[in-house]
Amino acid sequence: MSKKVASQTATRTEMTKAQWTWFQMKQHKVAYFMVAPFMIIFLIFTVIPVVASLFLSLTTFNMLQTPKFIFLDNYVTLFLDDDLWITALKNTLIFAAIVGPASYILSFLVAWFINELPPKIRAIVTLIFYAPSISGNAYLIWQTLFASDSYGWVNGKLLSWGLIDAPILWFQNEKYVMGLCIVVALWTSLGTSFLSFIAGLQGIDSAQFEAAAVDGIKNRWQELWYVTLPNMHSQLLFGAVLSITGAFSFGGIVTTLAGHPSVNYVAYTISHHLNEYQNTRWEVGYASAISFVLFLMMIGSNMAISKLLSKVGQ
Amino acid sequence: MAKKLRTRKHRVVLNRSAGGDTVISIILTIFGAFMFLPMLYILMNSVKPMAELWIYPPRFYVVSPTLGNFKSLFSLMGDSWVPFSRYIFNTVFISVVGTFGNLMLSSMAAYALAKIPFPGHKWMFKLIRTALMFSSTVTSIANFITMSILGWVDTYWAIIIPAFGSTLGLYLMKQFMDSNVSSAVLESARLDGASEMKTFWTIAMPMVKPAWLTLIIYCFQGLWNAGASPYVYSEELKTLNYAIGQITAGGVARAGASAAATVVMMMVPILVFVISQSNIIETMGSSGMKD
Repeated sequence: MSKKVASQTATRTEMTKAQWTWFQMKQHKVAYFMVAPFMIIFLIFTVIPVVASLFLSLTTFNMLQTPKFIFLDNYVTLFLDDDLWITALKNTLIFAAIVGPASYILSFLVAWFINELPPKIRAIVTLIFYAPSISGNAYLIWQTLFASDSYGWVNGKLLSWGLIDAPILWFQNEKYVMGLCIVVALWTSLGTSFLSFIAGLQGIDSAQFEAAAVDGIKNRWQELWYVTLPNMHSQLLFGAVLSITGAFSFGGIVTTLAGHPSVNYVAYTISHHLNEYQNTRWEVGYASAISFVLFLMMIGSNMAISKLLSKVGQ
Repeated sequence: MAKKLRTRKHRVVLNRSAGGDTVISIILTIFGAFMFLPMLYILMNSVKPMAELWIYPPRFYVVSPTLGNFKSLFSLMGDSWVPFSRYIFNTVFISVVGTFGNLMLSSMAAYALAKIPFPGHKWMFKLIRTALMFSSTVTSIANFITMSILGWVDTYWAIIIPAFGSTLGLYLMKQFMDSNVSSAVLESARLDGASEMKTFWTIAMPMVKPAWLTLIIYCFQGLWNAGASPYVYSEELKTLNYAIGQITAGGVARAGASAAATVVMMMVPILVFVISQSNIIETMGSSGMKD
């Protein structure tokens, strides 16, 4: 096979572009067999669903009768006539605006701070920061720490110090629910991007730092801005994508800690709203509109951040 | 990847001040405590006897540790009407099969995308990269419909098959192959008459061991921690994470058992990470996104 290919490659100039592409496709036939199993599953469960949700969002559909086309009605209702959606949108945006950047910056700072520790110690510190993000339900401990009776650790301490007279119902109190959920989300958020940052920092050539010192870089902050960050560009982008996607999907932690719905919907997010219409009310068309808007928000902010990040350190 | 470790002694000369070091140490300690103390509290609670779980004012540290909570966890498991071994089997089965399939399919595809210049490889990878920008929340409705059409609702496949096509593993694998598998080596194997599949399996795969360990860990972790799925409602098909959630939902009387259960659940991914940490970090070295 390879010999035949070698003799044919020389004839490229005699072919049109289409012929050449077709020739290449035949030549690399096996590559299509290699990507096919993954691509088919990927298309069915990731790509087509996005397209399908766009189409379904233009219909009214309850999974039993055939979908009825209603054009943009779902979107009109969503933005003009659904107060709960506005609440969900607002909470999701607040949450994403706080947790997205905070977890991103925290991941980077910690990775940067521990970069100069000896390897053994760095491995232990990495584990301490990374462990909460891979420990599944471990965040339930926050429910125990902030339990609503006086046996909860926080309430117990506050009571015994005389700062409060009665236990606070942390996860049932409008004032605290959102804040606590944000703290817990941050606690679980030093994940893949954190590891990516650690690896990126390890990969920077030390000669660059020496050269920078000779060129007059005076302190570690200048070094961070002029040498480290420009070298980390691709990891920073990867980390940002994961942080944004994670921050917009927020909802599971609230449901587990504060119940569904949370008191007066103070921590009600798009993911809850979606779940409500999808799994409780079976209004699939409307749910599709919600999920398509969420899709646009995720993609849109990822694109915007990529643009922004291309300016870092330049 | 060459390890470029900078020695501390060397760095002091370059732009490091004692003041800055102190500030950084303080910040790290505060964040470290925020991350670590709740984890420690779970461990403490899991070995506290009942009397210590219910004292006022509450105490962080355990005074007379006991394994009683782990024992009561087993007796609670014995009481559930679906045998507990079934939940364990479900989670192990889903995690192992899902991870294995994802590893095979993604590495094969990653190899083709990274090392065979077939028409279409660029946009295929672009599509996969774009998929990292939204989460499965967005695709869940259509997937439910697909599952119904395929007759997979309420089967293991509803969880396993989509995991086969998860993109993060493939992305990391492809990036790692780009920077760690030399095309020249592959080319010489091809000239010797090795088929593309053989080159992939006997030459490329052994070179990317860190990447497939990373892929295994990510996939396994995700599936191991999978809770109740909207596509599965039969009790006997549910996962360990769900079953343990039920123990926790049993309320205050089970605080100890529930802490013990959490410890058991989280130990698995943490141990796996400890064993493979250096490989994962090596893989992450090439995780960056080029625009």
